[in-house]
Amino acid sequence: MINNDSAEKVKEKITNVAKNIYDSILSRKLPKLNMPLRSLNNVAYKEDKGYFELLGKFKSRTLTAATVKTFAQTLLMMSESKKLVNSADIATKREMYYISKNWGDARFKEQPESDTVMDDIEAMLLVNREQIGFIPEEKGGDVAGNLIVIDKDEETNSELKIDCTKFGSGSYSVPSSVEHLKFETKAKFILAIETAGMYQRLVKHKFWKTANCILISLGGVPTRACRRFIRRLSDSHDLPVYGFTDGDPYGYLNIYRTLKVGSGNAAHINQYFCVPNAKFFGITPKDILDYKLPTHPLKDIDIKRIKDGIKNDPFVRAYKPWQKALEDQVKLKKRAEQQALAKHGLNFVISDYLPAKIEDDKTWLP
Amino acid sequence: MATAEDMAKTQRNISVAEFFEKNRHLLGFDNKQKALLTTIKEAVDNSLDACEEAEILPEISIEIIDMGNDRFRVIIEDNGPGIVKKQVPHIFARLLYGSKFHSLKQSRGQQGIGISASVMYAQLTTGRPAKVTSKILSKSQAYYCEVFLDTATNLPKLVHESEKEWNKDHGTRIEIDLEAQYKRGRQSVDEYIKQTAIVNPHATIIYTNPKAEQFIFPRASEVVPDAAKEILPHPYGVELGMLHKMITTSDERTISSFLQNNFSRVSSSVAKTICENASILLNQKPKEMSRPMIEKLHEGIKKTKIMAPPTDCINPIGAELIEKGIKKEINAEFYTSVTRSPSVYRGNPFVIEAAIAYGGDIPADNTIQIMRFANRVPLLFQQNAGAIAKSIMETNFKAYGLQQSRSSIPSGPAIVLIHMASVWTPYTSEAKEAIAHYDEIIKEIKLAIQECGRALAMYVNKRKRLKDELKKKSYIETYLPFIGSSLSELLDINKIEQDNVTEILSDILEDSRAHNKLENSLDKFKEKAKQLKSVSDFTYEENDDALEEEKGEEE
Repeated sequence: MINNDSAEKVKEKITNVAKNIYDSILSRKLPKLNMPLRSLNNVAYKEDKGYFELLGKFKSRTLTAATVKTFAQTLLMMSESKKLVNSADIATKREMYYISKNWGDARFKEQPESDTVMDDIEAMLLVNREQIGFIPEEKGGDVAGNLIVIDKDEETNSELKIDCTKFGSGSYSVPSSVEHLKFETKAKFILAIETAGMYQRLVKHKFWKTANCILISLGGVPTRACRRFIRRLSDSHDLPVYGFTDGDPYGYLNIYRTLKVGSGNAAHINQYFCVPNAKFFGITPKDILDYKLPTHPLKDIDIKRIKDGIKNDPFVRAYKPWQKALEDQVKLKKRAEQQALAKHGLNFVISDYLPAKIEDDKTWLP
Repeated sequence: MATAEDMAKTQRNISVAEFFEKNRHLLGFDNKQKALLTTIKEAVDNSLDACEEAEILPEISIEIIDMGNDRFRVIIEDNGPGIVKKQVPHIFARLLYGSKFHSLKQSRGQQGIGISASVMYAQLTTGRPAKVTSKILSKSQAYYCEVFLDTATNLPKLVHESEKEWNKDHGTRIEIDLEAQYKRGRQSVDEYIKQTAIVNPHATIIYTNPKAEQFIFPRASEVVPDAAKEILPHPYGVELGMLHKMITTSDERTISSFLQNNFSRVSSSVAKTICENASILLNQKPKEMSRPMIEKLHEGIKKTKIMAPPTDCINPIGAELIEKGIKKEINAEFYTSVTRSPSVYRGNPFVIEAAIAYGGDIPADNTIQIMRFANRVPLLFQQNAGAIAKSIMETNFKAYGLQQSRSSIPSGPAIVLIHMASVWTPYTSEAKEAIAHYDEIIKEIKLAIQECGRALAMYVNKRKRLKDELKKKSYIETYLPFIGSSLSELLDINKIEQDNVTEILSDILEDSRAHNKLENSLDKFKEKAKQLKSVSDFTYEENDDALEEEKGEEE
């Protein structure tokens, strides 16, 4: 697994936390749970490392009358996780929420409560949640192009070769766990696309064939599995990765930034769940002007988001070109969607826009 | 076409009684339900005023009998001093007859319209006379009469009079048949009597409603309120028309002596300054003054600095008695009350009193009930109009633990009582339903509410603390066992060890809470000391909802 932490080591980590609490109580001290603070305030970005790295800030949850419920729930879930690891089983986040219904008064009322406790445990143990037996509901993303994914048949333990050129108008779907996958490819790059609509257009016209590439649909902010899939694929064959999103703060600061350097919330595992060598094709604020794209006005909340990003996002602060691009957009007060390229003809994106992008790295953003 | 001469034939003097007959809404007879209330109110006001003046502890019986067809018989009997025979017909059957309009002293009735208007309304709707029995201490027999009001002449018309045995030393009883309607609710006779009992804790009231249910409101105090003193009007309060009337009917020889003898706080030197400011000679004869001269005099008064009127003529109920009054009629958890010191509006002295009752049987999901009183008389109509409603809406009740959306009547389990005692209550209309908006009055009402509010906030916060405390305790008891059981699963410890760790945990949690509380009260004490040093008016309790937050999450 990712951390090279074996099941035994994970169990040991869980037991240690419990032991600390137990010892603390026996020595008549209020027990504490320590976990890294998971927010953008507690991450740093270094270009050479290429991902958001956790700073030293911790939050500690002391057991008091106000926290006794969450405290109990955290321990109950840890106990559940230990059982899962012991039996090499998994539970989805939704299933974990339903398991809690056995806990009487300590049960979760809504799944977000359960997810938060899960995130806390994950961070507290400094592991990936798959290692403690929990898997997300969400799937990774859609893939099409010059790629053969080598999976394993669980029953026969034999290799399964999946040819991603052979899905016709459909796609290969990234599984929630991707660590065991191997890849064969002669493609020259990976194109990560924000919207399903744009992805469908490129698949239909076999853009992966003309450009010899692999197309991946992110479907909004990429999931951990999707990020990890792209990362492993890119690492294994030295493939450059290009991001292609809408020209708005959500596309830049949520989708692309998370793909490249990870998120504040998953800071303790970003190292593995990001694609530091990714570059950004578009739509850039400059594209909006160069291609005279149809636009929508930026809302106040978008402008706020951009200004906040320029000021507080460690990623933006590390890259001058991004700062300039964001400032330009504030001045422009406009945003443009990927599909806006259709103004110049439905297949303008295939015939002109993307080839021009591939040719000229000066039009990219880091 | 009518000529001026034709028209002159139909132009004639309209009697006051005829005017009111056509404008009964002005006097509170807009509808049948209100007619019943107004009749009872006027009679009870008269009884209470008379008892107070004669220093008698009032005992008033009110009976309403349903006679069918929307007709009711109202019988009100008191143990007051009684009325001398000669005056009885005039008091009950002559509009604008009485002693109160011309005097400035605190009393319930004001214009002398009240009870005779009821008599007139009764005879208009049922055609029956009022039946009055009255006995004074010095006579052995009671005087009984049946009387109508002649609406053309505004004079009483006796249809029967006689002497009568009465097993009472003194008192008055009036019986009126009128068209009316009986309903319960916030503007009902029931509510009026309850509120009257609250602000007249020295009175015993026995009330029998049309359903023949009897309610007794026993007195809570054995002390008759001091009779109000009469004062001369203050020059600042006199209106031009009134001044004109006073001057033209005055027998004084000089304007200086007129001013000194008819107004309070006017000495010879003040009179001199007024005349100087008005450019009028000191020895001007009042009767010979022209209208422009009187206007100049009115201006002159405004320009002159005159000492505020004496305030010892006001008899407030007193905070303690108000509280007693509410306590006996309303079952609440918490009561607080205040009597402000006297203040003055337009030359008229007044005192504001306020009380708040909270919790208990008071419904929590409605807007608060406001009980408004002027000179111990409940004001039941136009709840949201006038100075009292305005003051309440402009006070922030959220600080006192009640709910309130911006500038509206707050909601919650509370009753707010406001009493204005004054020699002259400024009403917004003749129906005497709401107190007019004078800045001085609104300011005093707000201050009184704030004083009560602070006491309420202290109580509500204390209650909330106790409740939170209980909640936290049960919180611990609910979730602690889960910590024990999951530790036992995670660490494979046995049942004895599990119980042991749960018990210790419960122990140290309690300890830390006790410790926290101690620190919190220490902090508060320090803060209090700091504030006492810097601010002389020490009001920190108002913001005292800083509940001891136990620090759970800290970064």
